[in-house]
Amino acid sequence: MNKLKPFIIKEFYHIFRDKKTLLIIFILPIVLVTLFGFAIRSEIKDSKIAILDKSLDEMSIALSNKIIASRYFVNSADVETDSQLEEKFKNGDIDVAIVIPPDFSKNFLKLNTTNVQILADASNLNTATITKQYLSSIIGSFTVEKLSNPNIKEPINLSLRLVYNPELKDVYMFVPGLLALILMLVSAIMSSVSLTKEKETGTFNVLKVSPLRSYHIIIGKLIPYLILSIINVIVIIGMSVVIFNMPINGSYVLLFVVCILFLITALSIGVFVSSITETQQSALLLSIVALFLPTILLSGFIYPIENMPLILQGICQIFPAKWFIEALKTVMIVGGGIEFIWLQLLVLASMTVFFIGLSVKKYNKI
Amino acid sequence: MNELETSVHIKDLSKKFGDFTAVDKISLDVKKGEIFGFLGANGAGKTTAMRMLCGLSHCTSGEGTVAGFDINTQQEKIKRNIGYMSQKFSLYEDLTVFENIRFYASVYGLSSKKIKERGDMLLVRLGMSEHKNTFVKSLPLGWKQKLAFSIAVVHNPKIVFLDEPTGGVDPVTRRSFWNLIYEAAENGTTVFVTTHYMDEAEYCDRISLMVNGRIMALGAPDKLKKEFNVENMDGLFYLLARDTSTL
Repeated sequence: MNKLKPFIIKEFYHIFRDKKTLLIIFILPIVLVTLFGFAIRSEIKDSKIAILDKSLDEMSIALSNKIIASRYFVNSADVETDSQLEEKFKNGDIDVAIVIPPDFSKNFLKLNTTNVQILADASNLNTATITKQYLSSIIGSFTVEKLSNPNIKEPINLSLRLVYNPELKDVYMFVPGLLALILMLVSAIMSSVSLTKEKETGTFNVLKVSPLRSYHIIIGKLIPYLILSIINVIVIIGMSVVIFNMPINGSYVLLFVVCILFLITALSIGVFVSSITETQQSALLLSIVALFLPTILLSGFIYPIENMPLILQGICQIFPAKWFIEALKTVMIVGGGIEFIWLQLLVLASMTVFFIGLSVKKYNKI
Repeated sequence: MNELETSVHIKDLSKKFGDFTAVDKISLDVKKGEIFGFLGANGAGKTTAMRMLCGLSHCTSGEGTVAGFDINTQQEKIKRNIGYMSQKFSLYEDLTVFENIRFYASVYGLSSKKIKERGDMLLVRLGMSEHKNTFVKSLPLGWKQKLAFSIAVVHNPKIVFLDEPTGGVDPVTRRSFWNLIYEAAENGTTVFVTTHYMDEAEYCDRISLMVNGRIMALGAPDKLKKEFNVENMDGLFYLLARDTSTL
């Protein structure tokens, strides 16, 4: 045990004297808890609901009232037919709808299975799922209340149908985010690590003394990653279209252009990271914390930005992945042309110029 | 001195970082084909001075030319005409011997034909022909050093700068490395080498000893030994470098 003690003490010295490690151990968990706790709200509030009650009997009205009384939903439309529902969805008047079938009271009280359907906007699967859970719990307590016997099997069968994506084309969900993630990973992270590796091993000194200029070295480093990432783009989109039948409603050319622009933006950030770090480890850490994580959490990939507190929404704007995913979704899903995404393209291009400018300045000083 | 015969000429060269003077008005001339030892304790300013000579940093004051080009205004030309071998040997461990040769040779503008020619010649000279496709990381340290040196002169530069090239190997290996240096010098390449090994100082034609940014001794080893009345370069070092380091 005595031999162990000095070693443990030494390790504490290492940990506390390395600022980066301290950051990961203490600050990162706090940041993550804050993000997940406050920002990534898996809550819904004031969701606009319409109830299509095809029974209009005692029980169905009671259920409708109970749903509307909850703080999660706000009754936003009175509908009498299915087609009206569709219209309301399209107009954005409602986010979710409940359809209560005819003969509800009769079936309910007799404990026959009745099918209540939830219709939700599929462009946010997360919210749709949570909505189902909330409704499920409301219906659960309704059942207990009205039937006064908690042990019976629930007669109400709740099913979820998604509109705008009825076949549940997950590809719509994950392809844009996945593209952002992979491109960010390969381009930014790998290029930053590779450049700092030269610095770390000393080969960079030799390159600096040679006829090669800073921009030769930087561009020479980036072009392979650019090419590989382009191949990745083609493979991912190709696989999504061919194997998963993802339709691309916009122009392929525009899609490609958007991807390449984001690629270059990611690469420019990678170069910048390499210009401010000395070791591969720092480059990797910085890239992961400042690029990879935000791309997952704050780009709208999984958690919609509109559901976040205002401050966090503001922070999301500085991450290129957010603009990329927006542009991508517009082109792929909505089928928009360049006139819809000019802002996103402009933002990405400006970020690229900014980071490259900074990097060249820094590299010339070394 | 004849312009054509001078490889390196510096006069009153200084480098200041804020208030700190790293290099304090040093002057020296190195002849073509000379083996010049640039000695000094750690922190004496050797690396800073070398960076200025290699065209990597600007002088605060003073003037100089390397291979005939001005060190303040013609840095790119200097880089094209010099060779450099860094402390960490500058080879890529995950590339093979020949891939390293090919990379650096092409960076210095050699054609593929020339690369093959010079590359093969170099391998024969080093006795490494059968290791053409060996990964550098598998080579013993002494071999890496020799390979790095050969690559530094693959483009036949007028001057080659060696920054502590023989660290970490035994005296026999170091001696055989110096044979390469002698060969290069005989072929007219000027060799500018920094080292901590005082026995290597004896191998040089002339040396300079930097202490706290200044040159305290400059000349041929034998001459300096007589002048300062010491037995060997170690003695010279203790005499001059220790004086100021106890301040």
